[in-house]
Amino acid sequence: MTTDVLVPGLDARLTGSPDEPRNARLYRRMRFVRRFEETLLALFQEGVLNGTTHACIGQEADSVAVIEHLRPGDHIFSNHRCHGHFLSWTGDAFGLMAEILGSPEGVCGGIGGSQHLCAPGFKSNGVQGGIVPAAAGIAMAEQLTGSDGLSVVFIGDGTLGEGIVYETLNLAALWSLPLLVVVEDNEWSQSTPSSANLAGAIADRFTAFGLPVAELASTDVLELDEVARRTVESCRERRGPGVLVIHTYRLCHHSKNDDNRPEAEVAARWELDPLAIHGVRLDVEEREAIDAEVEDALAEVVVRARAL
Amino acid sequence: MIFAKTLGAALRDLLAGDPRVVLLGEDIVDPYGGAFKVTRGLSSEFPERVRATPISEGAIAGVSAGLALSGYRPIAEIMFGDFLALCFDQIVNHIAKYGPMYDGGASCPVVIRTPSGGGRAYGPTHSQSLEKHFMGVPNLRVVAASLQHDPRAVLADLVGGAAPALHIEHKLLYPLEPANGDSVLVAQPGDAGTGLPTVALRAVDREDCAATVVAYGYQAELARRVLERLAIEEEIFAELLVPAQIAPLDWAPLEASASVTGRMLTVEEGTARHSWGSEVAAVMGRRLFGRLRRPVEVLASAPEVIPGAPAREAEVLVGERAIETAIREVVR
Repeated sequence: MTTDVLVPGLDARLTGSPDEPRNARLYRRMRFVRRFEETLLALFQEGVLNGTTHACIGQEADSVAVIEHLRPGDHIFSNHRCHGHFLSWTGDAFGLMAEILGSPEGVCGGIGGSQHLCAPGFKSNGVQGGIVPAAAGIAMAEQLTGSDGLSVVFIGDGTLGEGIVYETLNLAALWSLPLLVVVEDNEWSQSTPSSANLAGAIADRFTAFGLPVAELASTDVLELDEVARRTVESCRERRGPGVLVIHTYRLCHHSKNDDNRPEAEVAARWELDPLAIHGVRLDVEEREAIDAEVEDALAEVVVRARAL
Repeated sequence: MIFAKTLGAALRDLLAGDPRVVLLGEDIVDPYGGAFKVTRGLSSEFPERVRATPISEGAIAGVSAGLALSGYRPIAEIMFGDFLALCFDQIVNHIAKYGPMYDGGASCPVVIRTPSGGGRAYGPTHSQSLEKHFMGVPNLRVVAASLQHDPRAVLADLVGGAAPALHIEHKLLYPLEPANGDSVLVAQPGDAGTGLPTVALRAVDREDCAATVVAYGYQAELARRVLERLAIEEEIFAELLVPAQIAPLDWAPLEASASVTGRMLTVEEGTARHSWGSEVAAVMGRRLFGRLRRPVEVLASAPEVIPGAPAREAEVLVGERAIETAIREVVR
């Protein structure tokens, strides 16, 4: 019953093209997300944007790697920190920028704002946890329809505090729903470290329901890409549920100007910046060319958005 | 046919007529067929689309949301209306939000059915009428089953609509037979307007009615009994209005009636204070300012925990005696 298709008319300078070498493509797509978020934060500083935003700086490899393996007919449900997921899926930088600017040209007419996005095959909501059963319902629809679509939901470590997540895991396992839960453990729930929030191990929460779990601690997009490929393929082949736990790190503040984490800890994690890790795999010239293309394309988006 | 069976037949028709209809709920499959037997027989006929769930009201609502976002027409049963509290986030922040917050980019027409109300001595957490907490939620229809409305038409309207809906079913309606017209109170053809019709019942012309009584669900049946008795025994006449959709409420039938009768009483089983009737009184007081002979009277249950002991439960909940006293006061 899902008739979703990817948004046409994308800017290949941001999204890459299918015939581009894979390393270049992955770098470009991460760079796109990174620079979009940084551009957004600069616009906030300038006072052009209102409300709030939750940047995913440092976590770009997660969305890029997982979404590489999704296809039209799949569905993504995301959370408050959704820009990376949205951009990696739709490539629609202008629609998101316009949305956050509050313009009717935005993907949700300016009503949804940063956290409440909708596009073909994509939705997000800013309330923690409640998106997980909705994603399970979408998976159930795919099961009832007999399609081979996969429903993917991105949550964070902090969301593991919400009871409805566990209600849904139980149902997804019982009914063997084609639901992939991706946990991005960035070690901090807003201002609270996981050590003060989470008892036990994250993976154990899922294995308790008999769900297969793939787990890795990495910000290397190639490592993530491989594990994501296997996990997505497994869910598709089994037409059943799966879990991917990614231990990563948020290099930026939670929303805006609200970072009380130890500076030394954050500085150390910048050494594992996913763009730096993967960027060295490209020639300097190639990388700089991609950077310049992303910069130009985003600058055009900002000009259009400012003119709204 | 008793109301519970009529309701079950309505659900069966929907399942048979539309492959997008899916039923979810606790213990709803055969042979049990639901705590109040409304869904009995349905899982045998439609095993794929009638699913018993774990005790997870939040997930029942949330999975329904995902089904609806994907084009299905889920009807969720929450075993007791009291447990709607466990679905509150799903209803308010998810189900009712998706359509408007995505600027129409999605719609989430979930229907949640739930047995509500007291009178069965089930005690403080299995007897409540919590619907007032959901009234006023943007993009949510709150609808009350009544003996004056055919559940086939009501459920078909809800399932066919774009907005999510809460369908409140008072438990004491289940064993009753629907209205059969054998009464001095004659149902007037309702004006459907933009949604479900508000049924008007009266024994005499509106001009000869001393008051307008507005009630929904089982309380509407109690009010009907009282008004029938008063009409026959004492020639006290009032018009009874029974809306199916109680929020947002169609004000036109209320205004048309009370502008003639000059007096209005609202009746509900939910607790007094910040109630459905309070809103009716506020709106009618403004719309009919200067045309009402007295302020709108609001009758609701005592704002207390509902006791398990039957005699004490009856003291707390609105019953026929309280309705009769209120009507006498209003028409005095």
